[in-house]
Amino acid sequence: MRTLMTKLKCHRIVGGYGEGEALVSYEPICFYLTDPKTGVIREKTHELSGKSVANKVLVFPSGKASSVVQIDGLFKLASRNLAPKAMIVKDVETVLIVSAVIAKVPLVDRLEKDPFEVIHTGDLVKVNAEKCLVTLIRK
Amino acid sequence: MHLTKEEEEMLKGELGQGTQTAIELLVTIGDAYDAEKMIPISRAHAASSGQEGDLYFVELLANGGAKCRVPTSTNPVYDIEYFEGLFKAPRKEAEVARKVMEGYKRLGAILSWSCLPYLAENIPLNGETVAFSESSATPYVNSVIGARTNREAAQSALAAGIIGRTPEYGLQLTENRKATVLVKVEVDLNNEFEYSLLGQYVGREIGYAIPVLAGISKHPSTEDFINFCAMANTSGAIPMFYIPGFTPEAETVEEAFQGDVPPDRITVTHSELEQMRQELQTARGEIDFVLLGCPHYTLKQLGEVARLLKGKKIHSGVDFWVCTSATAELLAKRTGYIDIIEKAGGRVVADTCIDEPCWTVYKEKTGMTDSPKCAYYRRFKEVAVADLEDCTKAAIKGKNE
Repeated sequence: MRTLMTKLKCHRIVGGYGEGEALVSYEPICFYLTDPKTGVIREKTHELSGKSVANKVLVFPSGKASSVVQIDGLFKLASRNLAPKAMIVKDVETVLIVSAVIAKVPLVDRLEKDPFEVIHTGDLVKVNAEKCLVTLIRK
Repeated sequence: MHLTKEEEEMLKGELGQGTQTAIELLVTIGDAYDAEKMIPISRAHAASSGQEGDLYFVELLANGGAKCRVPTSTNPVYDIEYFEGLFKAPRKEAEVARKVMEGYKRLGAILSWSCLPYLAENIPLNGETVAFSESSATPYVNSVIGARTNREAAQSALAAGIIGRTPEYGLQLTENRKATVLVKVEVDLNNEFEYSLLGQYVGREIGYAIPVLAGISKHPSTEDFINFCAMANTSGAIPMFYIPGFTPEAETVEEAFQGDVPPDRITVTHSELEQMRQELQTARGEIDFVLLGCPHYTLKQLGEVARLLKGKKIHSGVDFWVCTSATAELLAKRTGYIDIIEKAGGRVVADTCIDEPCWTVYKEKTGMTDSPKCAYYRRFKEVAVADLEDCTKAAIKGKNE
């Protein structure tokens, strides 16, 4: 079995290092609408409804929903060690940045290639926000 | 980002740990947006919520000795003592809320506990640089007043209030205040509830955008603006909007777009407003409660409630609530409105948000409100949304017909 490894530059927003299985969402994510005890997305109409964000490297376009609830949602997951290991986004917005800082989750954007083209759910992804480097490993 | 000598000292922790935490957050945001520098702000509004994430950050700042450098007001949490005497509110959550409220006091914030600080407790002027979080506050101060704020999180607004600065990015820059979507309004809007419906529809249709509402010929009232802001920035992300002729930053549609008016547009007619009205008017039949004041009712709206309830009796099976600010409550009491509302069997409560654990008692109950935002939080079994007049009629009859 061949292993494919790709290294991509990115832009650091919130520093740190995190690695895990990729979970790709084409839709924005609201962390308040996940189950705080499991990390499972409860929003019935969401494409990832029923899937858990816990300990994943989450790839998504941006955050959504009111500022207050987004931060509380991610903070509650982090306090139970159920937050994503790292987050890769296309468009940053203030509320998501603040959420990542408070929950201490590495956050990057401006991947040198379109993250939705190069990263697939299930890939192993290492996000080194300090070095502005994302490594993909596909088996 | 270029920092001044004083900002460098803050970042190194020379002005205390709390101040350091505050500027670290703002430098992270500034770097994310490639801001060149920090700019001074004159005031801030923190959308305090009494939740765990809120508590964590407030205590981090307060324990680190931080104090607000500029007037920084706070959002409603809830009147803990009042509700403890009334319902058995969940203890653990009350403890979190109490600590949050103490934390803001230690930070030297203005304890307004109001979601409309821009009306009384902390009012920006046209052209001021500020950091205002809270759904209705961000678009209101940008659009209706013409001050400048980004769509802040509670924590970034609080951090800005602590250091008296914000990174220069986004809506702090003229080129980013350009309108992005044209909305043709082809229906007469008759009251503030119809502005709620308009906000609900526009936010849902356009998501993150700066709309121009063209075609409105009658000057919107303060309450019309408040409702439009709150709903549009909840169903969507609308940090700013224009109504040429009535908002100060652009006289014409062309000016709002800084020249390039896009060909695409959305149109709102009577039928779109009716569609919203139908979607929101869910529960029919007997109701257990009516909850008004999301956003907080103004003094004028408290007067309107008093007019509708004067000499009437609210049905014995219905709890009737109006949330407002401490300032409006004081004046409503003095003016005699609260007396009338209480004689009819209703209650007016200050400092309280409808998205708080004090309302857990209604979790399995059916109610009515005039606020689509109140229904959006889904704290209750079922909530029908209708205008104030229908809400008071239903409260008197005990059912929504």
